Amino acid sequence: MAKGKSRVDRRGFLKGAAAGAAAGAAAMVTPPAMAAIDAAAQPDAGQRPVVSPMTPEQGARLQAAEREAPAAEPQTFTVEDAGSDFMVDVFKTLGFDYVIANPASSPRGLQESFVTYGGNKSPEWLTCCHEEAAVNIANGYYLASGKPALMVTFAPAGLQHAMMGIFDSYCGHIPTYIVCGDYLDANERRPGTDWAGHSVLDPAALVRDSVKWDDTPVSLQHFAESAVRAYKMAMTEPRGPVFLVADATLQESPVPNRKALHIPKLTLTRPPAGDSGAVAEAAKMLVAAENPVILAGDVAHDEEGMRLLVELAETLQAPVQGGGRGMPNRHPLSGGGNVRNADVIIGLNEVRFYGLLHRFKDQQVRGATLLTRPGAKVISISSFDLYMKGNYQNVDRYTEVDLAIAADPQATLPALIEACKKLITTERRSALDERGKRLAAASAQTLERIHADCVNGWDSSPISLERLALETWDVIKHKDWAAVGAGGGRLWNNDKFYRTQERVVGGGVGGDLPMAIGGALAHKKDGRLCVALQNDGDMLYVPSALWTATHHRIPLLLIMRNNRAYHQEVMHLQRMSTRRQRGIDTAGAGFPGTTILDPNVDFGQLARSMGAYGEGPIENPKDFRPALLRAIERVEKGEVAVIDTVTQPR
Amino acid sequence: MMRVLLFGTMSLAVVMAAALAAQTPASPAPATAPAGNVENGKKLFRQHGCWTCHDYDAHGGAGSGPRLAGRNLPWPGFSKSVRQPAEEMVPFTTKVLPDQDLADIYAWVRSLPPPPPVSSLPSIKQDNR
Repeated sequence: MAKGKSRVDRRGFLKGAAAGAAAGAAAMVTPPAMAAIDAAAQPDAGQRPVVSPMTPEQGARLQAAEREAPAAEPQTFTVEDAGSDFMVDVFKTLGFDYVIANPASSPRGLQESFVTYGGNKSPEWLTCCHEEAAVNIANGYYLASGKPALMVTFAPAGLQHAMMGIFDSYCGHIPTYIVCGDYLDANERRPGTDWAGHSVLDPAALVRDSVKWDDTPVSLQHFAESAVRAYKMAMTEPRGPVFLVADATLQESPVPNRKALHIPKLTLTRPPAGDSGAVAEAAKMLVAAENPVILAGDVAHDEEGMRLLVELAETLQAPVQGGGRGMPNRHPLSGGGNVRNADVIIGLNEVRFYGLLHRFKDQQVRGATLLTRPGAKVISISSFDLYMKGNYQNVDRYTEVDLAIAADPQATLPALIEACKKLITTERRSALDERGKRLAAASAQTLERIHADCVNGWDSSPISLERLALETWDVIKHKDWAAVGAGGGRLWNNDKFYRTQERVVGGGVGGDLPMAIGGALAHKKDGRLCVALQNDGDMLYVPSALWTATHHRIPLLLIMRNNRAYHQEVMHLQRMSTRRQRGIDTAGAGFPGTTILDPNVDFGQLARSMGAYGEGPIENPKDFRPALLRAIERVEKGEVAVIDTVTQPR
Repeated sequence: MMRVLLFGTMSLAVVMAAALAAQTPASPAPATAPAGNVENGKKLFRQHGCWTCHDYDAHGGAGSGPRLAGRNLPWPGFSKSVRQPAEEMVPFTTKVLPDQDLADIYAWVRSLPPPPPVSSLPSIKQDNR
């Protein structure tokens, strides 16, 4: 047995020596020498043919072969016209302004092509320190500019960091374009890292539930077509994020034949307008209604969408609830009406439709009560009916409606407005105008009351949120401003589409700061003063996004709503403890697990550490306005400024 | 952290304020509150977490609870809104918040002055709406 093992080991050694040598060195293991060694190792050599021992020359050759360094493998040091150059050519045809990413190895070929071959322009590479921040900067950029941004990452690690941001894109119908590096061919992976951190069999599987479309191209022509298709899919209503794998081998290998490749022309799909018969039916119901209410979700894609929503409201003299950035919040028809006494309710891309038509109480035994009066008619015009997935439950409960029109609301509004106008007689016009006057009066009263409420706690310390918002408004109202995060509600006059942008809707925390930076990036070319009331808990998720803003000179004013807690969760905890009749002594133990105290975070210092202008913490409300003026001066010079204002909890 | 938009939450506060003012007792209740200790009420307001919705000085917040300071709130409606709230307020039973503690909180809230007139604040007065 020992001999046998010895023999095997010896054979293994020799095989290893042979394998380590160059292919052309196969002759080094000469048959006579092999025969001599084999014969010597046999247990019963006497019964086998006698083989002569190695000659000194043969032994010397064998020893030399064992000591010899492996001959050089064929090597290629350079590449001309790398595949990733072609990929960049494809992306340039799609008109991206920015590619936003944390760098990584599997997309390294692509990054090099963007910054050198592509000249780091259109798109320009923005450096991020976290993938979730990168996706949400892209999300914010789209919300403020209407243009998708590229986000580049790698799988699995980078993609897992990015997933919450991608879910924000998905829930917000934001067409962020994600490109993911991957080593598809195992033969190309470097040992270790490329296997563990940069290679996934199917990267899109990680995010398939939260992207609208994905593909894993295996050739450059395939890549070109899928890249264009991805953009088209992302921008088709309802919009959403798309995901494209950029195989590292494709990136780093030379283009086989440039002339054989073709970049397809992009033609965006026109959004679908509602069926003409259904639109006419809706118009008939709306014009005849005594108390119609418009529940507007994400309706307007641009300034024109805002104009159309206003025109519908004014045509019908009907109140609009919601509408976000698509409805001027101080318009006399904004915010009024009540679904309880409405006879016709129309929802436009209203994802919260069920919740708005029902009353839900967060009590031990839960239940929902329908708010609408008997006989009330409900109409829905929604592009969300055209595309829905099953895993993530961001669709709310099923809403019973009387007329459902699967269409893009903005594309449908011209026909709906026209149909309404045709049905409105002179007599009806008079009645509608009277209704409009009542709604306008109620709206003015509401605005008065909101302003009057601001005096409550005006001098309180910590600072009241109303004072924070109103003091800020008192300064920014004289400038061309845009709220790129939380703003002041009706305390700020959102009279233009670009004044506000939607916020994180994926249910998580940590997206507000990067989305504000993305919005500010989009407004930079117009020189607008971008401001956001920034929550403390949110900023602590990816504070490194501040560095991206300062590094890339993105002017932005962040005013902290620092209540030193995850206050929503404070309230949840309190609800649980009182429901269970235990109570929580907030003067003693506080709310373990929900507060951000001991030590208090110094956000001014945090900002300064990343090159931003920082002030605070400010607890005395009288100190806020001077700090605000100083900060705005810095922002108007192109800087990022953070004012750490300590606020009331709500 | 404050996830709810200021606009929406202000509307909620208005609704809750209206609901609070409209409270009527479901069962016979004393028309006037038991005698309460103002200083103890201030302490209990913090201890029981009333501030989480109504802010530290009971001025009410944009986010949830209505203003309590400086309002002439009748005791029956006040107590019922705490024990059996109609809206989203957390219900406090006597086990969590004894009657005397509630009376003390009520006494403190009633002792607070009303807010100044709107005209006293320049930035509100001059707002170019």
